[in-house]
Amino acid sequence: MKPVFMTYTKKDLINLAVCMFLSVLIIPTFIKTEYWYTSILIPWLCLALATIGQQIVMGYTGQLALGAAGFMAAGAFAMFNLILRVPDLGFVGSLIVSGLIAAAFGILFGLPSLKVRGIYLMVATLASQFFIIWMIDKFGWFKNYDSSGIITAQDIVILGKPFTTPLAMYFVCLAVTTVLTLLAMNMARGSTGRNWMAVRDMDIAAESMGVSLLRTKVQAFAISAFYCGVAGALFAFCYLKSLEPVAFDIKLSFKILFMCILGGLGTINGAFIGAAFILLFPVLLNAIGNNVFHGAIDATIISSIEQVIFGGLMIIFMIYEPLGMAKLWENLKQSIRLRLSSSSVKNLKSSAQKSE
Amino acid sequence: MAYERKFKIGKPILEVNNISLSFGGVKAITDTSFNVLEHEVRAIIGPNGAGKSSMLNCINGIYKPQQGTVSFRGQQIPNITPNIMAQMGLSRTFQNLALFKRMSVLDNILVGRKLHTKTNFLEVALQLPKVKKEEKLNRERSEEIISFLEIEDIKDTPVGKLPYGLQKKVELGRALATDSTIILLDEPMAGMNVEEKRDMCRFILKVNDELGTTMVLIEHDMGVVMDISDRVVVLDYGKVIGDGTPDEVRSNQKVIDAYLGVEH
Repeated sequence: MKPVFMTYTKKDLINLAVCMFLSVLIIPTFIKTEYWYTSILIPWLCLALATIGQQIVMGYTGQLALGAAGFMAAGAFAMFNLILRVPDLGFVGSLIVSGLIAAAFGILFGLPSLKVRGIYLMVATLASQFFIIWMIDKFGWFKNYDSSGIITAQDIVILGKPFTTPLAMYFVCLAVTTVLTLLAMNMARGSTGRNWMAVRDMDIAAESMGVSLLRTKVQAFAISAFYCGVAGALFAFCYLKSLEPVAFDIKLSFKILFMCILGGLGTINGAFIGAAFILLFPVLLNAIGNNVFHGAIDATIISSIEQVIFGGLMIIFMIYEPLGMAKLWENLKQSIRLRLSSSSVKNLKSSAQKSE
Repeated sequence: MAYERKFKIGKPILEVNNISLSFGGVKAITDTSFNVLEHEVRAIIGPNGAGKSSMLNCINGIYKPQQGTVSFRGQQIPNITPNIMAQMGLSRTFQNLALFKRMSVLDNILVGRKLHTKTNFLEVALQLPKVKKEEKLNRERSEEIISFLEIEDIKDTPVGKLPYGLQKKVELGRALATDSTIILLDEPMAGMNVEEKRDMCRFILKVNDELGTTMVLIEHDMGVVMDISDRVVVLDYGKVIGDGTPDEVRSNQKVIDAYLGVEH
């Protein structure tokens, strides 16, 4: 019998159903506090989306790029200007076009990847980070000549309905993230993803198989920037609710890089795990500081401890588990499955002995 | 040979004309010419450092020779790159294994189907019906190759975890997946034991026999070379010192001298 190929296995569909069930039904039913939506769930979805972008270029295509926040800024400010100047486009239309504008920057700043690699490429892509932020700061047009430095983001209106409550915004982020995650998975599992990984693992052999390095690398940069651009627009409109270039500084780029590495290079679910960890870990540390030590530890010390632990974890993961937390999760599931199956084998054996 | 070949050896398919390649002051290849006929098994032999791998790299476009030309099907190719040669129907394997280490065996072979994949990333992202159809065809062809090479049981293993001999097989599989008319094999049997070598010979001959694929191979094991190849070209210090059937080459004094050394 010939093997039948399916894009999604039964397991994938179950996973998808569980995720959708949790995020659409369980979370809105049981979480009522606004804090969870405004400070954790919405930024989590936005940053996970940006991390998928970083995964595409770094985890899948193997191009060490550092400038995700720059593309996010491009997306956010493009969104602001599109809603301001081309209101007919609507929210979803503007979101797509701002992603495309970020993708154009991605193509531009991805071109050095054809000549330089590794740490040198990282330095070259840093240019995108600084150039985009500088451009927005320098030309008043991008901020609609607002002198205060912080612009309030317009309200989200989709098909005439306002989406202004935290829960509504959460659903907007969830919908966009879900669609883009599925598209990313399709690409990663299909021929597109294979080309990316071939370039990552052995570029000269990839070229000998007819994979164009130019096209594949530039394509990865463009798609990555598209994801970052959309994520940046959501980040500004749903989480920050304001637009300021400072919010998209190099620190955010590093944060996304950490999410990518800790989550697991070359995995899509790793993007969500990494983003959740980096967002929740400070919250957890603060809770420990407040509840266990009753505020005896200064908040500044706690934030320093956070940096130390992140740094340590990065080194540990790079050395012992380069595939990150997604791989740990995979291993955990496998060991549970093994234990379950071995115990069921034991049960079978013992029952067989009894029957004898 | 006693048996009748399905694909009769035909006209020259690949011609190398007066190629010279040097790295700085070191001359790797000097004014070398030879040709490869359609459907034949052609071996390139020579002592270490004779310029064999450099020769393949020139044909495939990884190195740019300072002089000389490469013609494919009688047509001179002006600006050779690995990509152009792949599109013209020339595939290859590498001496030091150039597999995609973190990808599974099946995925590695599927990359070989790249030139038979016409859908773009947007269509793949949206999983249009034509993407599914194409993916299904590519997977079927890859599975065929996998069962031909008898590596079904490892098809989902990342190639980086496989032993050397199996990796060599996967690399051959990836080259086969391109459905190229000519395949360059750079030491396909290096580091293999007798049994693995016998298997590899069988695969090479079978592909040549059943699909008519022209094979150009570099090999050190003289027994193997003399057994499986139709014609042999011998390089020494970047120059051709012998060219002909295995028997002709075996009795060529220059070749004997190069391999055994000359009494002074």
